[in-house]
Amino acid sequence: MSLLEIEDLAVTFGGRTAAVRGVSLGVEPGETHCLVGESGCGKSVTALAVMGLLAPGAARRATRLRFAGNDLLTLSDRGMARLRGNTMSMIFQEPVTSLNPAFTVGSQMAEVMTRHKRVSRSAALERAVELMGRVGITAPELRLGQFPHQLSGGLRQRVMIAMALMCDPQLLVADEPTTALDVTVQAQILRLLASLKRDFGLAILLITHDLGIVARVADRVSVMYAGEVVERAATADLFAAPQHPYTRGLLSCVPVPGKVQRDRPLGSIPGVVPTIAPGFAGCAFRSRCAHAEATCAHEISRRSAGAGHDYLCRLAPRESALQPA
Amino acid sequence: MNAAIEVAKLRREFVLRAGLFEARRRVIAVDDVSFTVPVGSVLGIVGESGCGKSTLARLILGLLAPTAGSATVAGKRLSDLDRKARARLIQPVFQDPFASLNPRRRIRDIVALPLVAQGTFARADVARRVARVLERVGLSSEMAERMPAELSGGQRQRVAIARALVLEPRIVICDEPTSALDVSVQAQILNLLGDLRRDLNLTYIFISHNLAVVEHLASEVAVMYLGRIVERRETDALFREPRHPYTQALLASVLTPEPGRGVPDVGLGDALPDPANIPAGCRFHPRCRIAVAQCRSVPPTPVVADGGGMVECHLA
Amino acid sequence: MSAPAVVQVAPEAQQLARPSRVGRAGFALGLAIVGVILLAALVGNALIPQDPFAQDLNNRLQPPFWMEGAQPAHLFGTDQLGRDYLARLVYGARISLLIGTLTVITSGLIGITLGVLGGFFGGRVDDVVLFAITTRLSIPVVLVALAVVGLMGSSFSLVVATLGLLLWDRFAVVARATTMQVRTLDYVNAAWCAGASTAHILLREILPNIASHLAVVATLEMALAILLEAALSFLGLGVPPPLPSWGLMIAEGKDYMFFSPWVIMIPGIALVLLVLAINLVGDGLRNILATGQR
Repeated sequence: MSLLEIEDLAVTFGGRTAAVRGVSLGVEPGETHCLVGESGCGKSVTALAVMGLLAPGAARRATRLRFAGNDLLTLSDRGMARLRGNTMSMIFQEPVTSLNPAFTVGSQMAEVMTRHKRVSRSAALERAVELMGRVGITAPELRLGQFPHQLSGGLRQRVMIAMALMCDPQLLVADEPTTALDVTVQAQILRLLASLKRDFGLAILLITHDLGIVARVADRVSVMYAGEVVERAATADLFAAPQHPYTRGLLSCVPVPGKVQRDRPLGSIPGVVPTIAPGFAGCAFRSRCAHAEATCAHEISRRSAGAGHDYLCRLAPRESALQPA
Repeated sequence: MNAAIEVAKLRREFVLRAGLFEARRRVIAVDDVSFTVPVGSVLGIVGESGCGKSTLARLILGLLAPTAGSATVAGKRLSDLDRKARARLIQPVFQDPFASLNPRRRIRDIVALPLVAQGTFARADVARRVARVLERVGLSSEMAERMPAELSGGQRQRVAIARALVLEPRIVICDEPTSALDVSVQAQILNLLGDLRRDLNLTYIFISHNLAVVEHLASEVAVMYLGRIVERRETDALFREPRHPYTQALLASVLTPEPGRGVPDVGLGDALPDPANIPAGCRFHPRCRIAVAQCRSVPPTPVVADGGGMVECHLA
Repeated sequence: MSAPAVVQVAPEAQQLARPSRVGRAGFALGLAIVGVILLAALVGNALIPQDPFAQDLNNRLQPPFWMEGAQPAHLFGTDQLGRDYLARLVYGARISLLIGTLTVITSGLIGITLGVLGGFFGGRVDDVVLFAITTRLSIPVVLVALAVVGLMGSSFSLVVATLGLLLWDRFAVVARATTMQVRTLDYVNAAWCAGASTAHILLREILPNIASHLAVVATLEMALAILLEAALSFLGLGVPPPLPSWGLMIAEGKDYMFFSPWVIMIPGIALVLLVLAINLVGDGLRNILATGQR
């Protein structure tokens, strides 16, 4: 049984904007599953919906939403609060705003543990030191008494990761955890996440727009566009034989250092991401797709391109990988 | 060589006002930076946070006054020029498309501002130039009547580019112009910038942390670290054979979309760069994997590399 | 006081929060009440035939229409000198609103100028502005107002000048904080690089983008000015009689509180309603701003 099962999740804001329209995905224990898409595609909203952190005014619906045997759809606020920070944790994009500036690092970290487990504050602080060392923070005892503004962005992000691990979660939801960081720090943080997965069997739902991260870190990938998952595959399959025109377009846009051809323009996807109102039918990508036809305005069925690889398009599966741009 | 802009020993210090009992600290954000950019070419400047690339851009644009050094365009020192004359020579394109356009003004007024500020253009002339430049960047004329909030990120960045070009400057400073955009839109803007440069014979100084983007657009690349340029080489040479250990680490940490290769160990260690606490000797030595005793005490001097570039390292 | 957030949020990132129904109802109610009072102030005395200053000692303290013995000629009764109450009330509305508006204009000009200059230029200029604000904050407003008026005699223009010169601090603080935030935004930098003059940047780039926050401050300062003027008039140190300031009417009515309670109740309620309405409008404005400038 999957650790996290999402089936047909839909989130609507104020009855007017359908941010998520029928997302289904599963995360296995110990697996890193990447949810990739550009801004406005609904990936962050999906994560917030899973964690029960949506703002009031957002309507959430799903056929199934289960985590570690709990039915998240029917769980009360208290029940969710018992899970959050405990068996499922989340880390966010902006290290500046994710830590409370009014409290020391140590007290924030200890609070996570004392809330969920019956341990003393000193025991919690000890674990905090242990975890900070584990995530590569130097002089962890010193950090306990420091305030977030005294730490750099990379350090704050590590503190957030350590904080998320205090109670040994089974699932870590990471919303663009390295986007605001320098590229060298990003590499270190991602290596850290990979080692956690190896050593603790931590499952990670990693949300990102960066296909490089996806390629290097993910076991499975779900590509989102305008609130839907348009393609799902194991990482190697996705890059070897991308099926959906959006996925293919996205891959052709990303310049690869060392393979850049300066005299030829970069591939791009014309047009902009549409805003979808409830009741929209058909393929959301059709206004930007070179292969669009009249049938694309009607409901598209999910096609399979091999084991564990499916996509939402009328086109038949293609064998070829992307041609070099 | 026909130089569009010559920067000589540009330096900018900040004094941090500390608390009552701490001594005041000096931060050297830009430390004796010099380079020349030939007309019609693109100099890419890369580096991570704290390296001073944004401060350098602001110095050249005149948003900050240098503590020492100068920038010269067309034989004139920029600090000698008033703002209107400077505006005719250099214009910026900033990173955040949501913050670089005044939300209370219409697109046509935003793009017309550089012309209007000069005070020498007739109204009809202004309108004509605005229409022409909007068309050049791929925006329809009816966009001119809209407000920024009605445009997407990519469209707003096009407006920013139009505003930068309306005075027909020689040099455009692009400070991370695509970093806040989606990947698919990023490619559109980069293609546009490339076309405009070719058509109008512009010179760019292109600042970015994205090495692949820089490789695509730039003819020469300068790598900055803690306020100094540690390596400056012709693009292909730099990417093929980086000489400075920091450049090597930067290139190694770029995650290309090639599955199965895992995340590289960049080997930079845990010490973090702090512009207020620049290490003695070579400023990179605490994080350098090949540092020797000399690196800890003696600052390296620039060494001319093959093809006219430079590297600042004892061991390069 | 925390600085209001001026930095824009990208449209995709807004989670479409809207003010609650109660908030919106409050705003609408506030606007309605202010509208009614404003209308009364503008045209009231033209519509009501009675002269607010005409004394009629035979007709003192006539009760208002909802009590026994009311006279049809005087809908709200008469005061202790026989003057028609409704006419005085409506005239008083004019005074309150006029003082509120003039004070806000004066203090707004002073405070916004100081705040924007200090926030934009920083350095020495900002030091001077901060010193001015701190000095002003350490002055007890009511005491100074009392002292000035006590020394120089009460008059309409003196009250306006005094309050205007004393109540600019909140304008200055908010203008300074918002200017400092907006100044770092790239469109200001772009205007600078485009060669725009400093005057243009201050007036066309910065000011329009902080105006909405200043409007909120203006409504609150107006309410405060009206209350302060009423307090001064109550003490006999505000607008001179026979001008029917509501504060003065309350003061005059306190002697007859137990026998003719309407003399003190009516202006009191009117004052509460006006100040409450202005505050509701200010709150509503702030809510509109906080939820994304709709």
